[in-house]
Amino acid sequence: MIVIEDVHKSYGNQHILRACSATVSLGEVVVVCGPSGSGKSTLIKCINGLVPFERGTITVDGVSVSSPKTDLPALRARIGMVFQTFELYPHMTALQNVSLAQIHVLRRSRAEADARSEKILARVGLGDKRDSRPSQLSGGQQQRVSIARALAMDPRAMLFDEPTSALDPEMINEVLEVMQELALEGMTMMVVTHEMGFAQRVADRVLFMDRGQIVEDAPKTQFFTAPASERARQFLTKVLTH
Amino acid sequence: MNYRWDWSILFKDTYMGWLWSGLLWTVIISLASWAVALTVGLLAGSARSAPSRGARLLAGLYIDVFRNVPPLVQLFLWYFVLPEVVPDSFGLWLKRDLPYPEIVTAVVAIGLFAGSRVAEQVRAGIEAVGAPLMPAALATGLRPAQAFRLIVLPLGLRAIVGPLTSEFLITVKLSSLSLTIGVLELTAQSRHVENYTFQGFEAFTFATIGYLVIGLCVTGLMRFIDIRIGGAALRKTPA
Repeated sequence: MIVIEDVHKSYGNQHILRACSATVSLGEVVVVCGPSGSGKSTLIKCINGLVPFERGTITVDGVSVSSPKTDLPALRARIGMVFQTFELYPHMTALQNVSLAQIHVLRRSRAEADARSEKILARVGLGDKRDSRPSQLSGGQQQRVSIARALAMDPRAMLFDEPTSALDPEMINEVLEVMQELALEGMTMMVVTHEMGFAQRVADRVLFMDRGQIVEDAPKTQFFTAPASERARQFLTKVLTH
Repeated sequence: MNYRWDWSILFKDTYMGWLWSGLLWTVIISLASWAVALTVGLLAGSARSAPSRGARLLAGLYIDVFRNVPPLVQLFLWYFVLPEVVPDSFGLWLKRDLPYPEIVTAVVAIGLFAGSRVAEQVRAGIEAVGAPLMPAALATGLRPAQAFRLIVLPLGLRAIVGPLTSEFLITVKLSSLSLTIGVLELTAQSRHVENYTFQGFEAFTFATIGYLVIGLCVTGLMRFIDIRIGGAALRKTPA
């Protein structure tokens, strides 16, 4: 579904990503973790072409992201993305946030789009918030609207960039539950997160990144019980003892 | 102070007619130059964040030139210099056939000056408030032009209703410059009345109140627009 091959990325002479390769198969949930500044967010933003990269290739659904011939907007419409800071449109209601791209990208009629949006908002537990603006919603609610906005496009895969990092502790679970449900329904997901509990419950595989490199790419159980690299071991001791 | 106040001159047919016609021209020139300023400012301000380098440079050049030359100098350039430096036939048309030449020139000159200021406000609104949502809009599959039109620009504009109110007010006041090229707007007509009656204080009181009322109308209108588009709500810090 998503194939990353030998991707390099640098700003000036600072290497953000070095020789990153990984695959996410259909229906798989892959968690990307690692210390801050290790390139996790950059990597996930390369997948839908929000961040350009210099070398290597990424293909999604058989389409190359970096090829100039690729219709990038059409590709992005098939991959949902959820950001750390929600990034909802503050001048629109929850419903309008979820309907906008359906109307302008998928060419659904407003009525059709709104009906779909209501269904999805209900699914993320916000059926009663359709007319609220983002500023009237809690962080957890905003992030669920943002997940609904991505799901409304009927994506083939979902990318999550630290979806719970900006949330108060008591709101983290309501977002993780929605994500867990998605995973159980078979959605292909790539999730950058520090929530190791979520990774242990939901992930199929874990990618561990450090200083721009994918240091470890292992099935979940193997990663948590017997990580191969010293760096991953150190990281796990630190995050799991909390 | 030895001044014999005589408010009755404001109600004498001739003078009242002059003052009201001045007020009318001030309103017309203000609204017309604001329309020019808003149109040009929106285009140039948006072009500053266009993908095309040429468009960005062109908009930048316009803003630099028009924002840095005094509006009075610009007015004189448009009125006295332009007709002499363009091809003869066009210059002749400007001087002889253009209807209401002073008024049209004033509207163009004031509008383009104010437009360069509006453009900078638009650019600031887009950069500070609109542009940060670009990646999120693109991630949903919107094309860059759609994301700009549906999200970035509307958000940027909502953020700058306050500064735009000031620009609108400045534009109204700049309309008084047009008396230098012979437009009989409110300030010119007040001087006119003073010259004829020596009752300048009364005439300029009328002008002051006239500008004040126009200004308050502008402020009220912009506040109404701000409330309608939810600008105030957006500026509240979210929870």
